Amino acid sequence: MNLQDDFDARLAADRKIEPRDWMPEKYRKTMIRQIAQHAHSEIIGQQPEGNWITRAPTLKRKAILMAKVQDEAGHGLYLYSAAETLGVSRDELMDMLHTGRQKYSSIFNYPTLSWADMGAVGWLVDGAAITNQVMLTRTSFGPYARAMIRICKEESFHQRQGYEIMLTLCNGTEAQKAMAQDALDRWWWPSLAMFGPPDAESTHTAQSVAWKIKRETNDELRQKFVDMTVPQAEILGLTIPDPDLVWDADAEHYRFGEIDWDDFWQVVKGDGPCNRERIAHKVKAWEDGAWVREAAVEHAKRAASTTKLAAGGAAL
Amino acid sequence: MSPLLTYVLRHADDNLIVAQRLGELIASMPDLEEDIAVANVGLDHLGQARHFYDYASELDPDSRDEDQFAMERSEREFLNATLVEQPNGDFAQTQMRQFLLDAYQVPLYEAMTASDDARLAAISAKAVKEARYHLERSSAWVVRLGAGTPVSHEKISQAVEYLWPYAGDLFYADDVEEGLAASGVAVDPATVRPTFDATVADVFASANLSVPDDPYARMGGRTGFHTEHLGHLLPEMQSLYRAHPGATW
Ligand SMILES: [Fe+2]
Ligand SMILES: [Fe+2]
Ligand SMILES: [Fe+2]
Repeated sequence: MNLQDDFDARLAADRKIEPRDWMPEKYRKTMIRQIAQHAHSEIIGQQPEGNWITRAPTLKRKAILMAKVQDEAGHGLYLYSAAETLGVSRDELMDMLHTGRQKYSSIFNYPTLSWADMGAVGWLVDGAAITNQVMLTRTSFGPYARAMIRICKEESFHQRQGYEIMLTLCNGTEAQKAMAQDALDRWWWPSLAMFGPPDAESTHTAQSVAWKIKRETNDELRQKFVDMTVPQAEILGLTIPDPDLVWDADAEHYRFGEIDWDDFWQVVKGDGPCNRERIAHKVKAWEDGAWVREAAVEHAKRAASTTKLAAGGAAL
Repeated sequence: MSPLLTYVLRHADDNLIVAQRLGELIASMPDLEEDIAVANVGLDHLGQARHFYDYASELDPDSRDEDQFAMERSEREFLNATLVEQPNGDFAQTQMRQFLLDAYQVPLYEAMTASDDARLAAISAKAVKEARYHLERSSAWVVRLGAGTPVSHEKISQAVEYLWPYAGDLFYADDVEEGLAASGVAVDPATVRPTFDATVADVFASANLSVPDDPYARMGGRTGFHTEHLGHLLPEMQSLYRAHPGATW
């Protein structure tokens, strides 16, 4: 069997592709791009939520939020490690993020303007992420699939915590309820856009499905998310900001209005409300930390040569 | 306030304020591993603060809860040492502040596990494990920076110079400590000092740093006489809570 046939046979048999297996160059590149973008999203995603850590309204909420933001950094770490198995270094990936050659989820280019955003982000953004990512636990590339199993468990925990924040606000004062509604109004449409362009216009979907990287299409996943989330909003007593939203009893699905794709593309292309700040913040942290990383490398080198000397001395 | 309540709040506040400082740094560290670590250490301190506040709540005649202690007190009522409220500064300053605190908390909590007060003994038994891990991390950084490059050496030296006077405040003792130490409840900070000094001497030697010989210490935190920095940290921390009196979160 030649290499390509062997690869195809593995996919057909639903066996995982592992880093040392032969794979088509395009598959490798697609995998690197996708895992890196996912990792970058986790890292940039720390910023909008980190924004409220110092102002969390109770110590318990502060602890939960800190733990969540720490989880997101941990997700970034597993994912960078998975990408590294494909022969790309962390420094290269960082550089691609900092120079805009690789993207991250556009959802993090929106600002978190009130505490209710900590609820809405957990509920909707982590919720949409899980809907998208559950299928990735079965994705064809082994290290990615395994990282996703762990990540999805934590994401569903985040989703519940976010919903719980919303529930508490919705059972609270008028001001708290208004805060929750405002957060839903701002996060609803960007959350739907997280699933990517409609299938008809999506450039990556068909190949990704064939390679078993992706197992459901953007539109299927978006529908699933809407069907799951609308009843949750009803329990909260909040109004989804979509006048076209109706229950289609025959199809057993909610029908929803048109997403503003012009807005979506504008944010993807770099002109969202926070694109510049998010990258600037990341680049600044990285550049400010350069002397620290240099010191660590320098010290490790010296420690290694001291150990060698000591070992050599002992051998004498 | 009873001496025991004062004592418990002094330690609760040390931990809350340093956790708040570390919380400011999330997503701003030199690499991903440090982003995770700063959240981790911050969470440990926040957890320790909450355990002390729980106990404080039982001792308080008004039964204030942890959020009332954290969010409803003003600058003059906080009893943390001035060290922990110092700004994060650069990475060297953050790590040095952490190291000085860790070098103090390890022997403090070790001694506190032998307290005749069962609550303090239990809180410190858990906290001491975390403090040892923090000290391991922060000392490793002090050594790396001190013995790293000329730039890192310069920065960590400046951090020592800046923070040293505030570290002295950790060892403040008045009737509260002395009275409770005599009855086997509290740890007399003077008994913690030799271990602190030995740790500092040890780590500084590996880091090519010298221990400052200036005896000046900026005391006052334990009685609510803070540096000006705390008055900026608290309004941020308390803003949302105070904007919605009586709300549940
Ligand atoms: Fe995620
Ligand atoms: Fe995540
Ligand atoms: Fe998450």
